[in-house]
Amino acid sequence: MHILLIEDDPDTARHVSNGLKEAGHVVDIADNGSDGLALASNEAYDVLVIDRMLPAMDGLSVVSQLRDADNPVPVLILSALGDVDDRIAGLKAGGDDYLAKPFAFGELQARIEALARRASQRTTVTQLKVAELEMDVLARRVRRGDSVINLQPREFRLLEYLMRHNGQVVTRTMLLENVWDYHFDPQTNVIDVHISRLRSKIDRDFPVQLLHTVRGAGYILREPE
Amino acid sequence: MNPNSFLRSSTFRLALLYVALFTASVLLLFSFIYWSSVRYMADQTDAAIKTEINTLAERYEARGLAGLRRLISARVERQRPTGTSVYLLTDAGGQVIVGNIDRWPRVQAQNGWLDFNLEARSLDDVSVHPARARQFRLAGGFRLLVGQDIQELKVARLRVITALGWGIGLTLLLGLAGGFFISRRMLNRIDSINETSQRIMQGELSHRVPTDGSGDEFDQLANNLNRMLDQIESLMESIRQVSDNIAHDLKTPLSRLRQRLEALHDQPTQNNAQLPALDQAISEADQLLGTFNALLRIARIESGPQQASLCEIRLDAVAADVVELYEPLAEEKHQRLVFRAAAQPVVLADRDMLFQALANLLDNAVKYTPLGGIIEVVVAQSDDGPSVAVGDSGPGVANANREKIFRRFYRLDSSRSSAGNGLGLSLVNAVARLHRARIDLDDNDPGLRVTLTFATNGA
Repeated sequence: MHILLIEDDPDTARHVSNGLKEAGHVVDIADNGSDGLALASNEAYDVLVIDRMLPAMDGLSVVSQLRDADNPVPVLILSALGDVDDRIAGLKAGGDDYLAKPFAFGELQARIEALARRASQRTTVTQLKVAELEMDVLARRVRRGDSVINLQPREFRLLEYLMRHNGQVVTRTMLLENVWDYHFDPQTNVIDVHISRLRSKIDRDFPVQLLHTVRGAGYILREPE
Repeated sequence: MNPNSFLRSSTFRLALLYVALFTASVLLLFSFIYWSSVRYMADQTDAAIKTEINTLAERYEARGLAGLRRLISARVERQRPTGTSVYLLTDAGGQVIVGNIDRWPRVQAQNGWLDFNLEARSLDDVSVHPARARQFRLAGGFRLLVGQDIQELKVARLRVITALGWGIGLTLLLGLAGGFFISRRMLNRIDSINETSQRIMQGELSHRVPTDGSGDEFDQLANNLNRMLDQIESLMESIRQVSDNIAHDLKTPLSRLRQRLEALHDQPTQNNAQLPALDQAISEADQLLGTFNALLRIARIESGPQQASLCEIRLDAVAADVVELYEPLAEEKHQRLVFRAAAQPVVLADRDMLFQALANLLDNAVKYTPLGGIIEVVVAQSDDGPSVAVGDSGPGVANANREKIFRRFYRLDSSRSSAGNGLGLSLVNAVARLHRARIDLDDNDPGLRVTLTFATNGA
């Protein structure tokens, strides 16, 4: 993927771009808002990562100018201000996702990949399949091989989100935001318990595991290699 | 201002006391005026009677009975028809010799004085007037009676009494009205001070006592209170600023540290034996960052009302979501998590913050309730307003510690060993204050029950 990072703190910029490059992406860096806007307007990027506080032009203005010019590129806003009001302001300006500093690099990577996929999957898929695990979103049916799996509504949404992000790491906060629809800071392993319940339904009675825990980052549902 | 509090107010009582004292002194003063004026008039009458008797007695001694008769006749004649003097001269047997009444009054004399009723003939009517007279025995057994019709005196006395009565009534009325007015004025200003302090206690620290610019004692008190509040506010602000700055300034190097650790962890050349230690270091950094984030979050919530982010939401819906999130965690500890919603109250709230607060409460409940215990979450609508209660069956919190558990970093001795940063309930407290919700801690027998009660109308 071709990613533009607009960030004025050199340490963070280096850290993020190194990480993304290692993951196989191409990264351009701009250290102020107006350079960033110029780059974003002239090149075709898959995802933009924009810091809110920038010299020359602040991050939110960059996003709104891009949106005014009908540029649909997915934007992830980074900010030291992590509160609900700021998040709402960021999303109103046209950002697609919002991540508060400090963040784990895994969280950022997972969100960037989720954004890129969301942009490429414009059509709504209602039949999901990961290895022999199948989901019919409309009929709300799940089966793995020959056996039907009964899920609670929340477990269904959890699995649907994981299957839609098949092969990608999803973090705990991404799950909270998208499956539970709350932005909050879980203190304990409350998500882990939900995952292990789901795992006991879709994985326990089968020889091959599909749902994996990624240490320090989150979870991944993927086909066996 | 309700009338009850007015009657109980110390200013009103003071006003009442002043009115009583004032009335008593007016009463005393008026009694003296009455006594001295009426007494003076009576004395004047008595003195005139005595002088007249002396005159008549001298005439008798000088000119004998005939001379006296002539003089009395002349006096009676002179004062007709409306005179107020009474004359009577009788012989020893009581036969009238001369005078303007027809018989000796039938009353006992006291020290030579007689008080009796007189049929007074004025021009067109006959009425009974009081009279006062003095008797005098002349040589030769003649008896002389000289007196005055004292109707005038009686009328004057009545007038004085009436005037004094009106005076006292008016004094009472004016005193009461004045006391009412003054105490109400004072009470209004004290009420405004009370109201301000209540609002400040509810967290609106920027509120100030109103002054009316008159520079009186109340204004001075208000100004002093306001200056005190300014100082408290700036102190609190600087403390908050300092802790904010500390958290913020430490957060940046901490996140860099975390970034470096992560980079080290992900280096392909990394020696596998060091990975667990790096993982541990990263998770410690995460915990520290979590604490800083929680601190900053509380500071942000407390630093001012962000009413903009409040909207109408169903309290029971959010509570149900939190219960659903924590249900598997409780089940893992074999706890029964019971959710009851007796009503579907709508509150004005920030959905995420409310969720966070309830999650923190439920997190604590799950943490402190023993294996197999019961946790209850109850949403209700009472006269007080919509409420949500989280009750556990854990060890509970002693009364003495209940205030303290909302302090930042405060942890009960019994829970120091378990995971947590001592900020969970501080955040609940901050969220409750933002929503103007009341927090009550009660005994759940056994355990603790925390109730959040929202103001009615969601305001």
